[in-house]
Amino acid sequence: MTTVLLVEQILNGLQFGIMLFLMAAGLTLVFGVMGLINLAHGSLYMIGAFAAAAVAAATGSFVLALAGAMAAAAMVGALVEYTVIRRLYARDHLDQVLATFALILIFSEGTRWIFGSFPLFLDIPSALAGPITLPGGIEYPRYRLVLIVIGLAIAAGLALFISRTRVGIQIRAGENDREMIAALGVDISRLYTLVFALGAALAGLAGALVGAIQSVQIGMGEPILILAFVVIVIGGIGSIRGALVGSLLVGLTDTLGGIFLPEAFKLFMEPAAATTVGSSLASMAIYILMAGVLIWRPTGLFGARA
Amino acid sequence: MKIAKLALAAGLALVAGMASAEVKVGMITTLSGGGAGLGIDVRDGFMLAVKQSGRDDIKVVIEDDQRKPDIAVQLADKMIQSEKVDVLTGIIWSNLAMAVVPSVTAQGKFYLSPNAGPSALAGKGCHDNYFNVAWQNDNLHEAAGAYANSAGYKKSFLLAPNYPAGKDALTGYKRFFEGELASEVYTELGQTDYASEIAQIRASDADSVFFFLPGGMGISFLKQYADSGVGLPVVGPAFSFDQGILQAVGAAALGVVNTSQWNKDIDNPANAAFVESFQAEYGRLPSLYASQGFDTANLLISAVESADVSDADAFRAALEAANFDSVRGDFAFGPNHHPIQTIYAREVVEENGVFTNKIIGVALENHSDAYAGECKM
Repeated sequence: MTTVLLVEQILNGLQFGIMLFLMAAGLTLVFGVMGLINLAHGSLYMIGAFAAAAVAAATGSFVLALAGAMAAAAMVGALVEYTVIRRLYARDHLDQVLATFALILIFSEGTRWIFGSFPLFLDIPSALAGPITLPGGIEYPRYRLVLIVIGLAIAAGLALFISRTRVGIQIRAGENDREMIAALGVDISRLYTLVFALGAALAGLAGALVGAIQSVQIGMGEPILILAFVVIVIGGIGSIRGALVGSLLVGLTDTLGGIFLPEAFKLFMEPAAATTVGSSLASMAIYILMAGVLIWRPTGLFGARA
Repeated sequence: MKIAKLALAAGLALVAGMASAEVKVGMITTLSGGGAGLGIDVRDGFMLAVKQSGRDDIKVVIEDDQRKPDIAVQLADKMIQSEKVDVLTGIIWSNLAMAVVPSVTAQGKFYLSPNAGPSALAGKGCHDNYFNVAWQNDNLHEAAGAYANSAGYKKSFLLAPNYPAGKDALTGYKRFFEGELASEVYTELGQTDYASEIAQIRASDADSVFFFLPGGMGISFLKQYADSGVGLPVVGPAFSFDQGILQAVGAAALGVVNTSQWNKDIDNPANAAFVESFQAEYGRLPSLYASQGFDTANLLISAVESADVSDADAFRAALEAANFDSVRGDFAFGPNHHPIQTIYAREVVEENGVFTNKIIGVALENHSDAYAGECKM
């Protein structure tokens, strides 16, 4: 285990965490402000990736593709909020889960209907392709560094938006007491549509950014959705800061656990068995982390104290 | 002479046509979700062959298994009990095949596998009503190991998902690869980010990488690997390089060597006609899976032409004869009803702006599988 490998893996963990944050931020806002469990959040991620692939194929511009991804996901998000989600706020969580699960199926098959069954092509822009040599002789893909920077910039922007702007104040107020802010004359349904579209746009952006280094295919959003739920439970539901800390924790635990647990077991077990035990434990690591956090703080790291 | 032969064939076909009322085929395959591309290709290849045969006595019932073993089992029961099918086919994934095939063959129905070839069904669990038209799961990986030897690789880094077919893959590669192993890494099934594995490859002293990551996993890995600048030669089975996904990988796959029992440039009349008619019918290049579906249907048609499906022994003998023009060229069944065939090494190239494969050599000639000896029929 060299330092170079260690630094590279920490960067990988950070990058993974930052992308999780873009997903988790929208999910935690929607859950926190509207009290809605939205399983279809992964579909918005997929829509972002497909929209980006389509725009990139048509125009050849990656920046336009990102803009297209955010616009498409936000529009679909707003539309879905207006037609379906709106009817679910007063229902209990089981109804919400059922309805948004149905949305997953509708979006998946709808996407197949439009784009076909085969994965689409979306590549990173040539200016960001290839590795870059960091101080210390560490080679790291340029695009992944850019992902870290973009993600941190969005996290900072979102924090400012929530703490400094009028809409941000309304969102925080809505989280605390939705009847009260409605009574104060805030158009609550418009606010909900806005929050939902904002979360959708972030998911779409994440889908497009990640789609460029992964496979743009049907159902790509569901695995990451599960991790995003783990993140918001660890961070505390409704808290943007919690989502950021939770994302980084999950990203680093998942990446470093996969590397170090098998190595650690090799110290006192034979290599083949150590690899098996270590890898199995590594895939459980984030859930063990979640369980640990919940025992220590039942509402999550930054969740409101009950 | 030729006319006499034709007349005889026509006469035979007529007799067979009269004897067999109708053959009902149940196709259970994956038509929705992330793995749908494979099932759709198998179905399209199969239906193209049925259409070309012009026979109206072969009825095909097609159902979507959603890549779920429980649904596949329900569909098989329904097809056997209420649709009264004679032959089943279509399953893509080994775990689904393991759930469905043993009960189908135990009920006296025939099963023709167009894709999955788990080792359990090739060895001790073989059955005289089960025929695999594609390959035993290990085959293409064995060929990759053989190719790695001939390419002079001495130390390989191995990568596969942690599930039965992934373990079969590494076993297959190791069975033929004579060099050392730098490391064996099992990834999660469905994993999309390989940054951490690529960092391990970079830190290792391997001179080559073997990977088995079918479908979207392979797309992600290849794109990220190309971008990482590690640059060691990569070899793998055809599953990450089929026509359906190459366009999504793009230039990242160029020059990568992969092993396959079929490619569109195999030079025989059946293959040329298949590639041309598939493109004409569906407007895309056929994939490996489409070729397997096409061969499966042609095998079935050849058996229907010479035997009545209600006479199981005669029908089985007709299937065993494999008297059809495979698009792969020579094709025969081994004693365990799995193919004996040549496996090629292909390279990914760009032709007229489309990414596709080109054969660069033979990896294994007339190759059988490692489990045939354990099969007692």
